[in-house]
Amino acid sequence: MCGIVGFLAKEPALRSSLGELVVPMLSCMGDRGPDSAGLAVFSPPLPETIRRFSLFSGSPTFDWTGFDRRLHEELFPMARVHAVASHGVVEAELEPQAFREWLHKAYPQLHLLSVGRAIDVVKDEGHPNEISERYDFKSLSGTHAVGHTRMATESAVSPAHAHPFTAGEDFCLVHNGSLSNPYSIRRKLERRGIKFETDNDTEAACRFLEWRMREGNTLEEAIEQGFEELDGFFTLLMATADKLVLVRDAFACKPAVVAETDQYVAVGSEFRALAHLPGVHEAKLFEPEPEHIYSWNVSPSA
Amino acid sequence: MERVAERVIRFDLAKTTIRELNQFLHRELPKLIASPAGSFGASAQHLPGIGTADEGLTIEVLHPNGQHSIAAGVDAPVTIEIRGHAGYFIAGMNKQAHVTVHGNVGWSVAENIMSGLVRVKGCASECAAASGHGGLVVIEGDASSRCGISMKGVEIVVGGSVGHMSAFMAQAGTLVVCGDAGANLGDSLYEATIYVRGRIASLGTDAREEPMQSDDYRKVADLLRRAGMSHAPEEFKRIASARTLYHWHEGASGHY
Repeated sequence: MCGIVGFLAKEPALRSSLGELVVPMLSCMGDRGPDSAGLAVFSPPLPETIRRFSLFSGSPTFDWTGFDRRLHEELFPMARVHAVASHGVVEAELEPQAFREWLHKAYPQLHLLSVGRAIDVVKDEGHPNEISERYDFKSLSGTHAVGHTRMATESAVSPAHAHPFTAGEDFCLVHNGSLSNPYSIRRKLERRGIKFETDNDTEAACRFLEWRMREGNTLEEAIEQGFEELDGFFTLLMATADKLVLVRDAFACKPAVVAETDQYVAVGSEFRALAHLPGVHEAKLFEPEPEHIYSWNVSPSA
Repeated sequence: MERVAERVIRFDLAKTTIRELNQFLHRELPKLIASPAGSFGASAQHLPGIGTADEGLTIEVLHPNGQHSIAAGVDAPVTIEIRGHAGYFIAGMNKQAHVTVHGNVGWSVAENIMSGLVRVKGCASECAAASGHGGLVVIEGDASSRCGISMKGVEIVVGGSVGHMSAFMAQAGTLVVCGDAGANLGDSLYEATIYVRGRIASLGTDAREEPMQSDDYRKVADLLRRAGMSHAPEEFKRIASARTLYHWHEGASGHY
């Protein structure tokens, strides 16, 4: 069992309270996933040449000040890190590859959680309530968010195995279920030079879909191919800079409920995760059909 | 818990736990119904004058907010009104009680129901009335996949459509679907009967359509009436087991 949650603010006024709306969803789904939790928050994209890099240190005592000094001395004078506990964010005019190479040499122990102009990912081990508190999820704002509460079944409980998984830029995925062929997908992708960071089944799905998108497919086309390629049970909730996408496998034995109003779209593994949302009792409530792709776009910024 | 009228006791789940509600329904309620006025169980003593409430006693449940196991395991002649959307396992193993959910329910509503009536005014998620032995389950909206899976005598009426693998391995009882049925309806069916008014995406292994007979029309008419639905029985088709999976077939010897 795991819990998934997602929220997309159709009404721009809700963007400032994204964190406040999502934290009770994660907290409620702590019943389905008490091991670890994570949240990807998307904001209106940064200018074209700027990237946001989200980092995980694995230690609350990590020397972010020292990191900051080396970052602007060795790589980029203008770059600064903003850190909360084990999580650090760098926003700078940096080529992702150059940053990756520097990071690998200078701080091999740091884990790069996400890269993009819109995405920021925080994930860690522990109960969702502790993690929300530790990283002050309540204060987050943005256009849409994807969250996960994990009850591990097929690989270790560690921050790296927590969801959301990311690949490429501005793409993330959370998963409730289990894949039965992650290793064959992985072998196919590794032959193409795609690198994996964990032995988690969800990472295979994430890297497969990102590979298809890099090859020119839309996310929806990639998912259609995923229906052929991914064997197992899944409810997948994905986000890119401008959309939120939800699918369930043909068996549809992993749950999901959607609440849609003029103000927002909210997704949860169970209705109780959505019960606190404003106007949810008047919302259009439905259960996603098997192998049907549900996609919601971010409304342009006001 | 609050007594709001002569024969109405209200639980507000925004203030009370599911456990308190269910413990009342399991332990105090049968005593309350069986006892003459004034000799109620300890926790119900602040409810004077309720009398021998074996007829017409109503338990009202407010703010279910998608919580699980509300009114599971009730064995008492009582009316239970759940006002809002509820979660998983609502009215599971129900005996005697008439439970109405004024909203949607999650997975496994009325799972293993033995008797009584469970009515969902909205839609139900997967496995509605799974393995039910008796009683009537009415889903006024749609029911999701695996509705009536392994049913053993329960009667189910769905006002809308049912999802894939409904009535899988259904052993006894009746499933009436006023809308459409998803893929693999009635797969590996035993002696339960299915009636569908709309389109059937596909039949499962060993399920087949059979001609409607006079007792089929009677049975459908009776269930629709009890469910409060007004379709004509003539609009339904009958699905039952072809019974080809009941015994080993010598033609299958090559598979071993």
